[in-house]
Amino acid sequence: MSLEEYKGVFIFAQQVDNELSSIALELLGKAKSLAEDLDEKKVTAVLLGSDVKGLVDKLAEYGADRVIVVDDPALKDYRTEPYTHALASVIDEFKPEILLVGATAIGRDLGPRVSSRVHTGLTADCTSLDIGDFPLEPSPVRETKHKQLLMTRPAFGGNTIATIACPDFRPQMATVRPGVMQKIDPIKGAKAEVVEFNPGFEENDCYTEILKIVKEASSVADIQAAKILVSGGRGVGSAENFKILDDLAEALNGTVSCSRAVVDSGWKPKDLQVGQTGKTVRPQLYFAIGISGAIQHVAGMEESDIIIAINKDENAPIFDVADYGVVGDLNKIVPALTKKIKEALAAKN
Amino acid sequence: MKVVVCIKQVPDTKGGVKFKPDGTLDRGAMLAIMNPDDKAGLEAALRLKDQYGAEVTVLTMGLPKADAVLREAFAMGADKAILVTDRVLGGADTWATSSTIAGALRNLEYDLIITGRQAIDGDTAQVGPQISEHLHLPVISYAEEIKVDEKARTVEVKRQFEDRYHIVKAKMPCLVTALSELNEPRYMTPGGIFDAFEKEVTVWGRADLKDVDDSNLGLKGSPTQIAKASDKVKKGQGEKVAPDSAEEAVDYIVGKLTEKHVI
Repeated sequence: MSLEEYKGVFIFAQQVDNELSSIALELLGKAKSLAEDLDEKKVTAVLLGSDVKGLVDKLAEYGADRVIVVDDPALKDYRTEPYTHALASVIDEFKPEILLVGATAIGRDLGPRVSSRVHTGLTADCTSLDIGDFPLEPSPVRETKHKQLLMTRPAFGGNTIATIACPDFRPQMATVRPGVMQKIDPIKGAKAEVVEFNPGFEENDCYTEILKIVKEASSVADIQAAKILVSGGRGVGSAENFKILDDLAEALNGTVSCSRAVVDSGWKPKDLQVGQTGKTVRPQLYFAIGISGAIQHVAGMEESDIIIAINKDENAPIFDVADYGVVGDLNKIVPALTKKIKEALAAKN
Repeated sequence: MKVVVCIKQVPDTKGGVKFKPDGTLDRGAMLAIMNPDDKAGLEAALRLKDQYGAEVTVLTMGLPKADAVLREAFAMGADKAILVTDRVLGGADTWATSSTIAGALRNLEYDLIITGRQAIDGDTAQVGPQISEHLHLPVISYAEEIKVDEKARTVEVKRQFEDRYHIVKAKMPCLVTALSELNEPRYMTPGGIFDAFEKEVTVWGRADLKDVDDSNLGLKGSPTQIAKASDKVKKGQGEKVAPDSAEEAVDYIVGKLTEKHVI
């Protein structure tokens, strides 16, 4: 394959129930800034689904210059095979230089399947993307390639970090962790070029059948969107005692989240779990209350702007990542803190 | 019914991660274990053995010492074990790893292949779906429940998403990636541990891989290349205080929140 034929940054515009996922807009924001460093500035969103054309304008407002729409009943709900066929066919036809996919439960299934079909590399769960030289420094043994996608990802629960390139294959593919890239401020009334494309869908043995779809209580807050998180761990002691965290969160206009131990104990739903097997969050303020700070938890919250930890065990590893650590009894400190914050805010208004 | 479970030996992070004095990861000081999601996959396969008399084969790719996780699988109840190991396979990314494992699987008969969703060292979740593509099999990722209908030759899987699950049906042969939430893996039995060291692990090298070109293997066959890798140096220590009273603690926190303009 001639690498030069591949041009432009494409993103997979994930939608579920004909509603764009936040990650689609985040990827557009990143794609736009990457494209500034490339010769081809046009950003393309690939929208797959059934009856999804209504979503085109929103993609335009968030930075898509062009939207390739594959609209087919076979794509109504996510299934690996028809989505793979659609996205791989778009790659064959439109030849993107870079393709970004969200590291969601859909993207982490679709990405690897597509990358295998088109034979290219895929870097998982990236937290930072840049354009630059590969190798990073000139090397006597290999030719330097310019304007490569440099994909940075944590591994080992966030304890190691690697920057990866895909110099000899196209597209350069990455899945990107939700909640990390910034959306642009929407440009009201922006319009994108719309290209309809349908590769045709024929059922084969790889097609699966969805027998049932069960939506789980989504009454819980979106902890990835929260600016302030009040997060509790095993040390909170009981489901009932989370009340004191709820009160603190309310006083700060924040949201309650939790560690895995809390979910395992059945005190809070999985949607509120921060960490390697839960969600990655990056709020402006993260309270870690009664959380020991296992590496799997830290991996999901260490990028928070300010981390305040309250724990009675002075040796808890959470204090290694906390900006401000307080050794003490959360049952005494948290209610008093809530009261004091309320007073301070009331005095201000 | 024949089930193949792909497993990986990974460093254990549960007992805490060990650091060297310079703040980098001390891999040598950590124990090697069977990857948790893979173990749940093995347990799911062993339940199919209990239920239908399925034959369970475990397969791993790694260094010769990965033999240990195959022995553990024997002790849990696996029937056969295959270790794919060869110097030329080293340095593989997920493309080359999945090409290798697919090359090994082409020698085997299977109705169902189970892999873990992801390994705790790489966290990519890519190898399972990539194997399925190389073998042209249906894939269902993120399985929380697996049911097999042997007669109809189908599997029904509870497939987890962020805010919902799907019950998905696929024709066998197919590949399923397992979440550790799938089950509670059984312990090794004393008799099983004893037998585990009597049983034979089949060892395959490059020559035993079927229908894979050299250009798809090892470091040379990896489309992705590492530009820079570092063990992340731990974040500098922040402040830590141990106030005598709750009031003092509250004053300290409120002071910081005010200083940072949170309140």
